[in-house]
Amino acid sequence: MNRFTTDKVLAHVILVLIGIAFVVPLLWMIFASFQPNATLSLQISKQWSLSNFGSILTDPANQRAFLNGILLSIGQSIIVVVVAGLAAYPLSRYQLKYKRPFMYVILFSTSLPITAVMVPVYELFVFIHMTDSLFWTMMFLSASGLPYAIWIMKNFMDSVPIELEEAAWTDGASTLTSLRSVVAPLMIPGIFTVGIFTFAGSWGNFFVPFILIQTPAKLPASVTIFQFFGQYGSVEYGQLAAFSMLYTIPAVLLYILGQRYMSRGFSFGGATKG
Amino acid sequence: MGNASVDVVSQPSKSKSKRGFRAGHTGWRAALFMLPSWVLLLVFFFVPILLTFYFAFTNLSLTGASSAATQFVGFRNFASMFADPTFRISVLKTIIFLIFSAVIGQQVLGLLLAILMNERNRVFRSVIGVLVLAGWVTPEIVVAFIFFAFFSNNGTFDMILGWFHIKAIAWLYTFPMVSVVVANIWHGTAFSMLVYQAALGDVPKEILESAEIDGAGRFQRLFRVTLPVIKGSIATNMVLITLQTLGLFTLIYSLTGGGPGNKTETLPIYMYQQAFSDYQLGYGTAISLILLVIGIIASFVYMRMLKIEM
Repeated sequence: MNRFTTDKVLAHVILVLIGIAFVVPLLWMIFASFQPNATLSLQISKQWSLSNFGSILTDPANQRAFLNGILLSIGQSIIVVVVAGLAAYPLSRYQLKYKRPFMYVILFSTSLPITAVMVPVYELFVFIHMTDSLFWTMMFLSASGLPYAIWIMKNFMDSVPIELEEAAWTDGASTLTSLRSVVAPLMIPGIFTVGIFTFAGSWGNFFVPFILIQTPAKLPASVTIFQFFGQYGSVEYGQLAAFSMLYTIPAVLLYILGQRYMSRGFSFGGATKG
Repeated sequence: MGNASVDVVSQPSKSKSKRGFRAGHTGWRAALFMLPSWVLLLVFFFVPILLTFYFAFTNLSLTGASSAATQFVGFRNFASMFADPTFRISVLKTIIFLIFSAVIGQQVLGLLLAILMNERNRVFRSVIGVLVLAGWVTPEIVVAFIFFAFFSNNGTFDMILGWFHIKAIAWLYTFPMVSVVVANIWHGTAFSMLVYQAALGDVPKEILESAEIDGAGRFQRLFRVTLPVIKGSIATNMVLITLQTLGLFTLIYSLTGGGPGNKTETLPIYMYQQAFSDYQLGYGTAISLILLVIGIIASFVYMRMLKIEM
């Protein structure tokens, strides 16, 4: 009995220590963002203020950066959900000769690191004059997110019973109509999983827009926050923390929003890319 | 995400029952449905991969004489790469980074967390779970800022060490590799934790109980029962994490920029420096090809593992 309880105590102590190790670095960002004279070390402030958030949010360049980021991420999410949804339909419903190899290519592509193709992608963009364009950046990001999205979408679609569709056809609905009015509503968890994953991945992606977009006015928040760090990061710690908070909040909200769908998406699997 | 893709590959028989589903012109229909994804994947994914194999053997450049006339140079890029001590250093840095942050750090910590949390009470488990997940949800670039502050001279870490009368040092300059490894463990561990939490749920309770009755201690049960049962998840998670860590750019680039010197210059950073700072695109592509080939091999290993599990 004694051994049993020491084991238990030890397990709890280790877990608490790991928990503390995880929360301490994060606390700096939260505290410093409310402190006008924040330093690099964690300190409990006597005065709390929203002035850091004010200066970040009132800067028109930052507003534009957030808007660019939202446009890029929403655009990419819509493209990925629609295109992957269309591709998943025949993969789930039809008996196709090349389905298995196709699914293997998709699975294979989910795990390739995108970093490895950024140099040739940049070359491609230069040759066909697509650099410095939010639209083409969005298209590239969409393509890089597609393999995972198709994989997840197909698996969600497999769980939608065919009988419902067949009933709709008997009533005279076309394939597209039944896809829209019967399959899509039942696919909402899948659509949310893919949409949220895509949005979060796009919102947090720094490397792709950093390489493909040059004009400051077109840059999304992920790159602007990096430039802010380069220019003011070593002076305005409070503002850097506030900017980081504002930039992190959408990702956190999406995660909370999508958690109940995501646990399902998680058990269905596939691979995410860094 | 993790092992679970297995579940899906393992049910191909499900679609068999749909043979003849709306038979007739399904081939055409299927092609139409898949056309948009094919076009996007072809133009932005498969063409760049093919281009990698081509440009890696050219002297493509953004400036200088060769920018006007790009020539095929055979294996010259690779020859100069292997002769370049910086390249060899960055291969070494990549391996060190992979081993400490992915193989040891995230894997072991993720597994430890999943095991320790397995039988704890709900509230306790979810509080710790949320703290670990916070690191995962935080965007990579913010992770870099957070650890910039944490490891700075007189930053939070130095403050904590100060309580134990340890002198403050600039961690990012003195121990840059430790700093990026810790930052990446903080960011990535939740992924492994989730994978292993799911895997531990699949370990049959009866086997564990009968092992306990037979007198197996905690560690014996772990090494003789639990680990062998979840070894498939461990292997697939290992490959996935290796792939993610191999391609890691943002965190290292914004935390240390590969420096000081080239102390944290992993292959992606070296590739970026050569291609975009020194404008040697052909040479940069040759480095991407190395990354890509490692990625392709790891992906094949990953697929084989899924096959084994099927």
